[in-house]
Amino acid sequence: MGEAVKAERIYKSFQSDKTKIEALNEISFSVGTGELFGLIGPDGAGKTTLFRILTTLLLADQGDAWVDGLEVVSQYKEIRKRVGYMPGKFSLYQDLTVEENISFFATLFDTTLKENYDLVKDIYVQIEPFKNRRAGALSGGMKQKLALSCALIHKPSVLFLDEPTTGVDAVSRREFWELLRNLQAQGITIVVSTPYMDEASLCDRVALIQDGKIMDIDTPKGITAKFNKSLWAARSNDMYKLMNDLRADERINTCYRFGQFHHVTFNEMDHEIKIIADQLISRGHADLRIQKIDPTIEDCFMALMNE
Amino acid sequence: MKQFLYFIRKEFYHLLRDRRTLFILFGMPVMQILIFGFALTNEVKNSRIAILDNSKDEATSRIIHQFEASRYFDIVENLNFYAELEPTFQKGQIRLAVVFPEQFQESLLHTNSASIQLIADATDPNVANTLTTYATAIIMDYQSSMEETQDFPYTINTEMRMLYNPQLKGSYNFVPGVMAMVLMLVGAMMTSISIVREKELGTMEVILVSPIVPIRVIIAKMIPYLFLSMVNIASILLLSVYVLDVPIQGSLTLLVFECFLFTLTALALGLLISSISGSQQVAMLISLMGLFLPTIMFSGFMFPVENMPIPLQVISNLVPAKWFYYIVKDIMIKGTGFQTVWMDTLILAGMLIVLLVVSLKKFKVRLE
Amino acid sequence: MNREASISVVDLTKRFGSFTAVDAISFDVKKGEIFGFLGANGAGKTTAMRMLCGLSMPTSGKAVVAGFDLYKESEKIKKSIGYMSQKFSLYEDLTVRENNRFYGGIYGLTDEQIKEKTAFMLEHLKLESKADTLVKALPLGWKQKLSFSVAMIHDPQIVFLDEPTGGVDPITRREFWTMIYEAAHRGTTVFVTTHYMDEAEYCDRVSIMVDGKIEAMDTPAELAKQFNAKGMGDVFVQLARTAKRSDN
Repeated sequence: MGEAVKAERIYKSFQSDKTKIEALNEISFSVGTGELFGLIGPDGAGKTTLFRILTTLLLADQGDAWVDGLEVVSQYKEIRKRVGYMPGKFSLYQDLTVEENISFFATLFDTTLKENYDLVKDIYVQIEPFKNRRAGALSGGMKQKLALSCALIHKPSVLFLDEPTTGVDAVSRREFWELLRNLQAQGITIVVSTPYMDEASLCDRVALIQDGKIMDIDTPKGITAKFNKSLWAARSNDMYKLMNDLRADERINTCYRFGQFHHVTFNEMDHEIKIIADQLISRGHADLRIQKIDPTIEDCFMALMNE
Repeated sequence: MKQFLYFIRKEFYHLLRDRRTLFILFGMPVMQILIFGFALTNEVKNSRIAILDNSKDEATSRIIHQFEASRYFDIVENLNFYAELEPTFQKGQIRLAVVFPEQFQESLLHTNSASIQLIADATDPNVANTLTTYATAIIMDYQSSMEETQDFPYTINTEMRMLYNPQLKGSYNFVPGVMAMVLMLVGAMMTSISIVREKELGTMEVILVSPIVPIRVIIAKMIPYLFLSMVNIASILLLSVYVLDVPIQGSLTLLVFECFLFTLTALALGLLISSISGSQQVAMLISLMGLFLPTIMFSGFMFPVENMPIPLQVISNLVPAKWFYYIVKDIMIKGTGFQTVWMDTLILAGMLIVLLVVSLKKFKVRLE
Repeated sequence: MNREASISVVDLTKRFGSFTAVDAISFDVKKGEIFGFLGANGAGKTTAMRMLCGLSMPTSGKAVVAGFDLYKESEKIKKSIGYMSQKFSLYEDLTVRENNRFYGGIYGLTDEQIKEKTAFMLEHLKLESKADTLVKALPLGWKQKLSFSVAMIHDPQIVFLDEPTGGVDPITRREFWTMIYEAAHRGTTVFVTTHYMDEAEYCDRVSIMVDGKIEAMDTPAELAKQFNAKGMGDVFVQLARTAKRSDN
């Protein structure tokens, strides 16, 4: 299995008025052929900048990168023939119809919708009933599918999707990831960026990126396995009070709200959970529940941020 | 009240921190006042004229001397034959010719009257009027100065002939000007906006990351506006000829070719503007301020270029619209052919090539 | 009409031509409650929120916000509420201090009060050194937290938050919610919309809009039971699939 994407010590900074912003700092990683690779991080982490460098749209200040074995600076023309790119905000022509959009992008790559219909069929059939509707009048989920079809239409070997699920409702998000899995089965390498931590578990491997640096790269299970503390979930009838009480306790290291529970780590290993629980109950917490849980990617991300 | 004041203060902060807008708000008016005040004037000074003296006697030389002394006129040609007048006007070297008949002084002495013919290039009727008025004034001056020494009053008649535009129609002048403006606007501004809009939408990114050669993208963007411009030309010419009675004296084919050349120049300018503009608003601003305004000011159709101070005349040479305006006037109104306009055409073509080379080089294959 | 509630809404409707964006919704929000207002894109929640903020007039229905009638006393409502959204919060080309002075001035605070609040805010967020920095130079996480503080500068009764934590890193998100808790604890009612399902769990009560109507409203725990779901995420997906209006 070769490397579809490889980056080595990429550095990129921008100048805005008087401040210098370091967008990417010594980024190195690689993606294997046929992998579904996730770049997970919040806004401002550097995801879009990195994508633009890999798709040959920007030049890095330092470092090298290769896509499909081709170097991004000197062989950019070749790369542009083989990659599919879906930038943030789904760049579609609002005043053209669905059909006109996809035909245009097809001809950019010297092909037609007919020729490659099978490739995009799974996705395109969902929007085909609306093929004469202007792209501007589509809902977020449909725009997303159209933009994906346009990025795929020329049978790229590597697909770069920059935050394709941002601003789209939860149902469409799930469906989108299923579509990606199906595409992967056809042998396309897919690199996706997203700020949603829960989407990380849907990838083969992920890189956690924050403030221009990669904090960790591994399979989702590999990352959670590295979480070196025990993680406990705690819940009571007054979650706000519980958080304050836990945070005030010297034995507690971190306490963060996670949905219905607080995720808690301790300063030393193997604390007597029963002692702490009893103390909390005596403080008036009813319905107290504390149980050990496995860490999620989000727990790991936050732990890495705190390092 | 305080609420109101705080809001005002905030607005000042926004204003003062946006350097580009500040420049436009303060810099532009200053520049415009200076330019308009010093340079753009309807006054005519140092206008180029020719003298055709068929008498060459004392009276004529005195009158000619007055013309020489006048700051309004610059005698650039002393012609000998009537036949020389037409070509000289055609070449655009003079705006006015003063023609003395044979035996001018003799006529005055024996019959107490004589005529002087004033022939004016009326393609710009306002200038023609002004010049003939000034010229007549000089001649009348001479006439009254002579009266003091004579018993019987002299009468010097001035015969006026307006070349190319005998009815002194203003439309003869502004039709070429409007053509220049429209082509510049449609060609440059719309092209630049179209390219920049692609950048703003983000679709430019997708286009760049595709095998299409960027130059094809550019040409594809220009072609609709090229087509639109030619349609505009057709409608302007049709309206001019049939509704405004402005003739096309010269070759229509040549005229269309020149329009085509100028449109390409405008498109190239549009391309250049798009590569230095980050947003559609900036593109529009630069098009209007940097192109449209100079086109109006320096093309010569509102303010005669010859009357501007030298530095501004030099600037006007850099404005493609100026060359186009004179070419169109020559072809449409004067009816001249390629032999007259070949140099102007060459200059325009040269500008086009330079602009194309520069804008193609500046067109970025990447985002930054 | 429950006049003791912080927000009380009966049959609130908004029509745009033949399209009914908000279809006769009714609910109450208690004082000091953290009320989550969820719905898919296009379900009508933004329209509803705009009406409650006094930004858009309802077509029909009754509403009382912060004790004032929505139709007759909308100016008084505006003085008693705060607003913050993901898209716009602070002016990027003004400094932190200047933003405070501006918003404080708009809401009628005296210079003394503004100074006091600014000092408190900066200390609380540990931003003292950045008081005179332009907002655009601040990291995103700090901007969001600062926006919230500024929205609260005039101690409003109710604060409306429109997807305030979009795109922000997970730690800042939680710090943000700690600030929300503290505000609610002090008695401010918090009306918040969000796309993060775990944040829905943080609310006291949640309502979910589908096709302009409120299809579910209760505490997160009750909703999970009602829909036999593992959490708010599941509840939301179940309801969203019934929607006719949006994507699929």
